Amino acid sequence: MTTTSSRQPLLQLEGITKRFGATLALNNVHFDLHAGEVHALMGENGAGKSTLMKILAGNVARDSGRILLDGTEIDIRSPHEAVSNGIAIIHQELNTVPAMTVAENLALGREPSTRFGALDRRAMIAQAREKLARVGARIDPRRELGQLSVGMQQMVEIARAVSENARILVLDEPTAALSRNETLHLFAIINELRDAGVGLVYISHRMEEVWELADRVTVFRDGTYVGTRGKTEISPPDVVKMMVGRNLEDLYHHDRHSPGDVMLDVKGLTDGAGIGPVSFQVRSGEVVALSGLIGAGRTETARMIFGADRSRGGTVTVQGKTAVASSPAQAIARGIAMVPEDRKDQALFVSHSVEDNIAVSSLGGHVNAGVLQRARIRNAVKKQMERLHLRQNALRLPVSALSGGNQQKAVLARWLMRESDVLILDEPTRGVDIGAKSEIYEVINDLAKAGKAILVISSDLPEAIGISDRLLVMRSGRIVQELNSRTASEEDVMSHATGTAAQTNGEFHD
Amino acid sequence: MTNQALNPQDADVRPEAVPAPARGFDFAYWWDRVGILVVLIALVALMVVIAPNFASFNNLLNIARSISINAILAAGMTFVILAAGIDLSVGSILAVSGVASVMTGIAGLPAPVAILVGVLTGAVAGLINGMLSAYLALAAFIVTLGTMTFLRGLAYTMTDGQPIVSNTLSFRDIGNGYLAGIPVPVVIMIIVYVAAWFVLERTRYGRHVYAVGGNAEAARLAGINVKRVITSVYVIAGVCAGLAGVIFSARVVSAQPTAGTGYELDAIAAVVLGGTSLVGGRGRIYGTLIGSIILGVLSTGLILMNVQFFTQLLIKGLVIILAVAIDSLKQRTLRLPWSRAIAAQTPA
Repeated sequence: MTTTSSRQPLLQLEGITKRFGATLALNNVHFDLHAGEVHALMGENGAGKSTLMKILAGNVARDSGRILLDGTEIDIRSPHEAVSNGIAIIHQELNTVPAMTVAENLALGREPSTRFGALDRRAMIAQAREKLARVGARIDPRRELGQLSVGMQQMVEIARAVSENARILVLDEPTAALSRNETLHLFAIINELRDAGVGLVYISHRMEEVWELADRVTVFRDGTYVGTRGKTEISPPDVVKMMVGRNLEDLYHHDRHSPGDVMLDVKGLTDGAGIGPVSFQVRSGEVVALSGLIGAGRTETARMIFGADRSRGGTVTVQGKTAVASSPAQAIARGIAMVPEDRKDQALFVSHSVEDNIAVSSLGGHVNAGVLQRARIRNAVKKQMERLHLRQNALRLPVSALSGGNQQKAVLARWLMRESDVLILDEPTRGVDIGAKSEIYEVINDLAKAGKAILVISSDLPEAIGISDRLLVMRSGRIVQELNSRTASEEDVMSHATGTAAQTNGEFHD
Repeated sequence: MTNQALNPQDADVRPEAVPAPARGFDFAYWWDRVGILVVLIALVALMVVIAPNFASFNNLLNIARSISINAILAAGMTFVILAAGIDLSVGSILAVSGVASVMTGIAGLPAPVAILVGVLTGAVAGLINGMLSAYLALAAFIVTLGTMTFLRGLAYTMTDGQPIVSNTLSFRDIGNGYLAGIPVPVVIMIIVYVAAWFVLERTRYGRHVYAVGGNAEAARLAGINVKRVITSVYVIAGVCAGLAGVIFSARVVSAQPTAGTGYELDAIAAVVLGGTSLVGGRGRIYGTLIGSIILGVLSTGLILMNVQFFTQLLIKGLVIILAVAIDSLKQRTLRLPWSRAIAAQTPA
């Protein structure tokens, strides 16, 4: 299947334009892909990457422009046509059936049957093993898909794409929910596929990954094509500059100041099932990052503090007052707020207005004799929107109309309006563009300055180090190390998070 | 996949670009706001043309009285559906509450007590529905299907399967009296709707109902006691059904074990016709009132037009299907109310 490095690109997208109502989502953009290369597509949220990939996947029809496959113009009018042209897309949100087994998912639509027309389970499982082996995934095909980690589910999707002989594989933010081990595994597969002559489009916000994988980089900004560069001709700061159209100075804006009294005090917190006991303190004015691999217990710890999950032991105090919460409502009443990791499923009311989304947790403070004081609520919401640079005219729009970054700002605004003392931010910048990221960092910095205690969970190590005062590294449900963010390096954090190199943690294969 | 493509977030549309300037007449936008009212006005106009006596004051009052029971049930149902639930038991609750209030009346207790017993019976039934679906996390459809059957059985058991007629029923005015020239059931209906509107739009609790229906997990993490909200909407539906039961038995001056059979479906139809989404989290109480009126006008009109009962059922069924179709169409267009042109431009 090895292809000669032919001059003829595998795929050419020429002069693609797409308009959504008054918005020009794509304005005459170009993109090409050779067989056997990884081509990174970069740009802030709203740059038009996803729209272009949706056009390629047959989910969205282009207004104008040409798509050429092997130099021949084709039309992709449905997802089915995309698949039959050898185009496979691994979305951020996976397209699998969680309640079915891995083997059933892999065989979906092409289930093998026995002579008598019954489903041939044995053959199905054997085929699944083979498909998984092709991408080097050690997964039991008889397991229910929904029980696997996101990383493993993604492997299953890639295995399916490969088994369908995809020649073009688009990976849209594939590492967003992956642990380091899973990411490394994914990279190995990507390299194998590249060597096998597959053309890969890699969409990611993470510059290090792009630099590790990509042969070429194309940058979009505001729906326009900025340029395509070979990796050798360019450096990461150049790409950032192409993306934002300006130099990014000091992205991780964080003033170090002397923290005040202990605000949040967690002692021996445990879920009685592998997480904890965990003990730590966060002082007023301090930003503490909870680091570690996915599955190390960071989110679980945060959720117990917030009362989202029940703890089975230990104490939590806020400003010396006991605050072990059996529900988020209780935790909020005691001054704790949490921005959960999954914005869409856990934080937003997508069909409700931005105003309702921001005000939802503060309504109790704006009631007079049982009647909501709507003008006061609106003013308070507006104040927070202004503070977070959200356009006032978005007030009554459904929150789903906002970009990922602005949605996250709306969630932050909810807690700013509530004026909680302790803020837990679980992956606050996931799926957020660089512009909004730096604004979120600024808000975190301002909140620390104002004396709040902030606990951040971030899988983005430079971010975790850059915006925090201290790092608490978790492994297997416990805090194994505390590091000073000023002196800690990514390697320090990683070595503690994974344990010693010899003792490789079985997180990925467990 | 089409739905996904229509999601503005996925479409990489930036908020800075919205709202889109309105260009020309915007059907989806206006349909969402006044569409159902336009349908009602058209329907009434049609009736006036076909049946000249339709618009008489007395006939309109009769229609208002005839819809009041379903409208009150539908008001409670709106709370449940807004919170992403469903209540199939309201018809049976109506029967049991009616029986309970009549029996209390027959036992010689004063009218207010009898009324209160009826309403409280509804509240207790609703509480059971709510606790089962909220705290045991059972599917509301199944729970209320169960209580629907159980309570119907209870109504038969309490009455021995026979209607209990009480010509001296102390609270008969609740069903047959007038207040300032307006039938009492209509007055009660208006009070219920004003109260429901106030609670949903002007209280913290009301906004929490929307939030729970919109995204229960997000609501919980935003500090809302989701289980309590879910329980409470069934209590509200139960109270409404209890009230409807009292009115029903007062109207027929008896306790009827078969009262309210199938009413739950009329109530759901009114809610959906009024534009409340069965998915939860989106809808308006005044839409439900208009939905109830449309169903009432339709029934009365068809009777005035001497349409056969069988044909009436055919037409009513079609109207309900139409209502659900509108709901589904709206869900597609409503994703983009701020930039309505997109719906027309994006391929289906």
